[in-house]
Amino acid sequence: MSIKVQNISKSYNKIKAVEAISFEVKEGELFGLIGPDGAGKTTIFRILTTLLLANEGTASVAGFDVVKEYKAIRNSVGYMPGKFSLYQDLTVEENLKFFATIFGTTIEENFDLIKDIYIQIEPFKARRAGALSGGMKQKLALCCALIHKPKVLFLDEPTTGVDPVSRKEFWQMLKRLQQKGITILVSTPYMDEAALCDRIALIQKGSILKIDSPENIIKKYDKIIYDIKAKNKHQLILDLKNYPSQYSVFAFGECIHYIDKNSVFNSTDLQNYLLEKKHMEIEISVSNPTIEDVFMDL
Amino acid sequence: MKRFIGFVTKEFYHIFRDKRTMFILFGMPIAQIMLFGFAITNEINNVNIAILDKSKDAETQKIINKISSSKYFKINEEITNENQIESVFKRGKVKAVLVFEKDFIKNIQTIKQAKVQVITDATDPNVANTISNYVNAILLNYTQEINKNNKSSHQIQTQTQLYYNPELKSIFTFVPGVMTIILMLVSAMMTSISITREKELGTMEVLLVSPLKPFQVIIGKVFPYIFLSIINAAIILLLGFFVFGMPIEGNLFLLAFESVLFITTALSLGILISTVSNSQQTAMMLSLMGLMLPVIILSGFIFPVSSMPLPLQIISNIIPAKWFIIIIKAILLKGATISVIWKETLILIGMTVFFIAISVKKYKIRLE
Repeated sequence: MSIKVQNISKSYNKIKAVEAISFEVKEGELFGLIGPDGAGKTTIFRILTTLLLANEGTASVAGFDVVKEYKAIRNSVGYMPGKFSLYQDLTVEENLKFFATIFGTTIEENFDLIKDIYIQIEPFKARRAGALSGGMKQKLALCCALIHKPKVLFLDEPTTGVDPVSRKEFWQMLKRLQQKGITILVSTPYMDEAALCDRIALIQKGSILKIDSPENIIKKYDKIIYDIKAKNKHQLILDLKNYPSQYSVFAFGECIHYIDKNSVFNSTDLQNYLLEKKHMEIEISVSNPTIEDVFMDL
Repeated sequence: MKRFIGFVTKEFYHIFRDKRTMFILFGMPIAQIMLFGFAITNEINNVNIAILDKSKDAETQKIINKISSSKYFKINEEITNENQIESVFKRGKVKAVLVFEKDFIKNIQTIKQAKVQVITDATDPNVANTISNYVNAILLNYTQEINKNNKSSHQIQTQTQLYYNPELKSIFTFVPGVMTIILMLVSAMMTSISITREKELGTMEVLLVSPLKPFQVIIGKVFPYIFLSIINAAIILLLGFFVFGMPIEGNLFLLAFESVLFITTALSLGILISTVSNSQQTAMMLSLMGLMLPVIILSGFIFPVSSMPLPLQIISNIIPAKWFIIIIKAILLKGATISVIWKETLILIGMTVFFIAISVKKYKIRLE
């Protein structure tokens, strides 16, 4: 096991941040912590990177205890905090060189590990880190976290504030790193990214709701979700919420996701109800559940 | 060692790329020493005075000539009666009025005593005091001259000699004072700000999760500022020496040693401040309020410690700057050796050890 978390609890001034959390990450696995802001993801990262002490429970990273053997952990993990944490007044190259030096290595020594990523930011290597775009900053931060060839990589919301194209590229890079045998623990508030992990833990309000592979989580979901569209979306949500047999209603991109209480559901009844409420251009179709649907239901 | 060099290189990048830091480091010492040297001075030159001579005889004329020929006074106005005194002061034209009594020469010859009244404008008490001292000195000189011919008179003559600063030049107290302030500011404020900046920007988080040991981070942070502070001290002393004729009587090595010692004291205070503050603003406020004001007010730089009320005198003992000012004045002006200032030196060493011990104890190897 690369990461082992057992019954970890942590509170700040009596406010519980995480409560009795347990999970395990296998060696070489890409494991995702999925949950909204304030769910406790960053707290878990900080406990595992030895920055915070848990109030209860034990945890180990790469075989080392997070409390007793914190020094060994600091030597063997790469950590990319949620906030951009490089030196804005140093250039791209200087930042990378600095992190290589403090980890007692050189850029050349582990260049093959960061090559794919670094060639994308190399044209800007003389530019100060503060002047890079969001996506570039994250690529540089990833390079800096990787330069010493860590056994375990911790990425706290690496794609927050990054454009969709860069996000996609970033995840492709993570996949490639995983093939090189690095265990990766990543957190994200974006549900669409969850599907790219080997296994995920869904977290909310400091507790883990479910741990499984994204496919299994979706497969095990037994309710049928309907995509509903109409011209007046806002009124549509209000009216659907008043429908007697509704189980849940929430906006999902272009359309509304609707789940009925009964397993036998007649879409014409709903259509008539909506027509009665003077809705136009009504479309009802069955939708494939996503992680977000599962999450909303938990 | 490689790690350390890498870290220090990074610190120098930070310093040289930040215009504000560069200005505080190198602009301020020069600006301050120039300001203190040229603008702020306790000496008087060309002070305007008025004369009310009720006697108008040969002796009063002699005294008036003596006064006006000195470079300290300029006779601006001659008034004819006492009622005008108030009005010349109110117009702000003169700082002092000299009144010679009636029958001045006659009184000297008959009762061997004549009176001169010196009235000064004491809205600025220091200036008023200095003026009356200067006038007294000139009059004393005059009486000595007329007594030379008169062998029968017995009198005690005081011979005043001012050691170490015979011309009472204020720059001699300002150079050590400014040096103390600058070293305190550069060392304590700049290091505390540079450490808290890492906390604020989140880079401290990354540094903590690295094999760097806490003391490596701190020494790496502090080292560039030791280096820059030494340069600063040298600039200030050179300016004092060449521009203002400040004497450097003592041993240069002792001077360098004591300066480095004080820099270390200030740096350890800076580290201490950074361990208790989480933002650059707090660090700056703590350094300014907690260090700069006491340094200026209680160190004896501007206001003599001996004339403060007892509680403040006691408090002044915990101000490192007070001890450094004593040391550096002794070395620069009196040419003191370590045998004279060992006590103050030990106090500074003790304070440094104390600050470092607390900082190490308070330094966090984790967040929170």
